[in-house]
Amino acid sequence: MTRQRLTPARLGPSDVLRTGAAGLRTRPARVVLSALGIAIGIATMIAVLGISSSSREQLLRQLDRLGTNLLTVAPGQTVFGEEAKLPVEALGMVRRIGPVRTASATGTVDTTIRRTDRIPEAVTGGIAVQAATADLLTTLEGRVVKGAWLNAATETRPAVVLGAKAAERLGITRTGVQVWMGERWFTVVGVLGAMPLAPEIERSALVGFPAAEKYLGFDGHPTTVYERSAEESVEAVRAVLPRTVNPENPEEVTVSRPSDALAARAAAASAFTNLLLGLGAVALLVGGVGVANTMVISVLERRKEIGLRRSLGATRGQVRLQFLAESLLLSALGGIAGAALGGLATAGYALSRGWPPVVPPWAFAGAVGATLVIGTLAGLYPAMRAARLSPTVALATT
Amino acid sequence: MSIPQPEQLRVVELREVTKEYGAGVRALRGVDLLVERGELVAIAGPSGSGKSTLLHLIGTLDRPTTGTVRIAGHDVAGLSDRELSALRARHLGFVFQQFHLAPGVSALDNVADGLLYTGTPLRARRERAAAALERVGLGHRLGHRPNQLSGGEQQRVAVARAVAGDPPLLLADEPTGNLDSAAGAEVLGVLRDLHAAGTTIAVITHDPEIAEWCPRQVRVRDGRVVADAGAGAGRRPPGPNPKRTPEPAPDAETAGAAKGAPR
Ligand SMILES: Nc1ncnc2c1ncn2[C@@H]1O[C@H](COP(=O)(O)OP(=O)(O)OP(=O)(O)O)[C@@H](O)[C@H]1O
Ligand SMILES: [Mg+2]
Repeated sequence: MTRQRLTPARLGPSDVLRTGAAGLRTRPARVVLSALGIAIGIATMIAVLGISSSSREQLLRQLDRLGTNLLTVAPGQTVFGEEAKLPVEALGMVRRIGPVRTASATGTVDTTIRRTDRIPEAVTGGIAVQAATADLLTTLEGRVVKGAWLNAATETRPAVVLGAKAAERLGITRTGVQVWMGERWFTVVGVLGAMPLAPEIERSALVGFPAAEKYLGFDGHPTTVYERSAEESVEAVRAVLPRTVNPENPEEVTVSRPSDALAARAAAASAFTNLLLGLGAVALLVGGVGVANTMVISVLERRKEIGLRRSLGATRGQVRLQFLAESLLLSALGGIAGAALGGLATAGYALSRGWPPVVPPWAFAGAVGATLVIGTLAGLYPAMRAARLSPTVALATT
Repeated sequence: MSIPQPEQLRVVELREVTKEYGAGVRALRGVDLLVERGELVAIAGPSGSGKSTLLHLIGTLDRPTTGTVRIAGHDVAGLSDRELSALRARHLGFVFQQFHLAPGVSALDNVADGLLYTGTPLRARRERAAAALERVGLGHRLGHRPNQLSGGEQQRVAVARAVAGDPPLLLADEPTGNLDSAAGAEVLGVLRDLHAAGTTIAVITHDPEIAEWCPRQVRVRDGRVVADAGAGAGRRPPGPNPKRTPEPAPDAETAGAAKGAPR
């Protein structure tokens, strides 16, 4: 017997994993059930985050497609608190700004549109009648789904183009229909498609400026000027717009960027999302308690095994590590299953809505982190108990 | 190789060892015991006499209340829990009355796991496990699970696990206690072979026949050693296997029943 120094051998990572997995292999049903809680929690959180980022991605792509270079100019209020008006020549002034590529205008006409003259005037269906310049569709990059947009001929005639919502509310699905506007019949010559950047146009019935003046008593003052410039000069244009449009009273002009609303929607997390995330967190917590419970039972049941391992030369630390590894594996199994489930749920929902399925990588990273933390916390106490067990007491258990 | 010094021969050295459990239970009341390399020692005595307690102290699974325990030259009192673990991993093998095999795990892996804490890589563990199973006559049962093995075979797997790392000292607490005489004979045969190959073995038993079979008997009663042939006596080979009846006696059944009866 040589008296050498006694240092316990280190367990390699693969041996730690093997011993951790050994306890799980013999009780598959229990493993599935106790990992389920974690799986549900992780799946909920991944799906919630995934679905909301898919919807955000959809909005951002839409923004990308629509561009963020559209500005609208509208009258604000006078210093006396009255409704201001844009000058008649506002559109021409805007067109003269260097970087402006295209500009057009609409002007609210004080009248209503009805299917027939027998419907009372008060029933407007929320549809505004507006005069529109011929290049409005170009500026808004809109699309006609039925018929045609106003042209040089139709803008002087009693012809009307309906926004998508307006047509829907009037129940008009084809062109050539007569509608009652002001005191006479107009012919529907076109129906527009969706306009995410100008929802007010979707709810409008549009006639040419000349026709509006001729048949509907329009005063020629535009109420909204739309313009697009090069993306990089948007801010510069924005700065000069009020003075250009109304040199005398620039403060009576408000300028806005419709894409900001979309961008804000993309940035906002809904309260519902937060609620679901909270529910996921609760499920995760319950799952963690389940794992801890399973581990406590496992330690109680395996006292003999612990005693045997101690007799084979396992240190307290190695026993602790074994049960920690088991707990970590258990919650990692739940985490992996949950992440897969959450990813699938996201993909399914997003594809059904025509969105690009996106789960942010940090959500997966968070899931990994959460399962590791839960596995450690759940395993810590049982592992300490296992390590504290005296070998003789453990072996004596019958 | 130099001639071993006397103290290097001492595998187990107990001096005035006492062990009390809680208040009042005095399991050991001053035990002196010396076991030298290569001995086969039976520790015998009635139930409750303190045999298992003694084995736990020798196996460094527990510490004495007073007195000195030296195993393989190491004073247990001076060692931390980690150092004791290393001592067990390298110098000691245990066989228990209940086999303590992992259910659902092959005999090979049960034995290989016995080397887990010795720092042996997995591949070498399996190779040595196969060799150890060969040694106990189970070379053809490597892939069998405990529930596919007889009791005697299971205990031989447990013996293989205990000796796979070639520990200088093998401790067996009632290794045949759960076995019938034929299976018990198998296990004793394995112990005899290990002893012949040089392993130091201490067997706890309350079966007088097994005790007689061992070349040296240490008799324990009420926490004291009451008879001991003395250190070195256990180096002789054991007697004929007590569990194997040489020829079937006319009343073999009653004889077998008598042997199997608990004492
Ligand atoms: N952990 C313990 N706590 C309290 N008392 C104990 C403990 N372990 C053993 N004892 C007591 O110590 C004495 C000796 O016990 P031990 O287990 O060493 O006997 P044994 O000789 O192995 O008996 P058996 O042949 O029945 O196994 C007994 O009186 C027993 O009740
Ligand atoms: Mg006992």
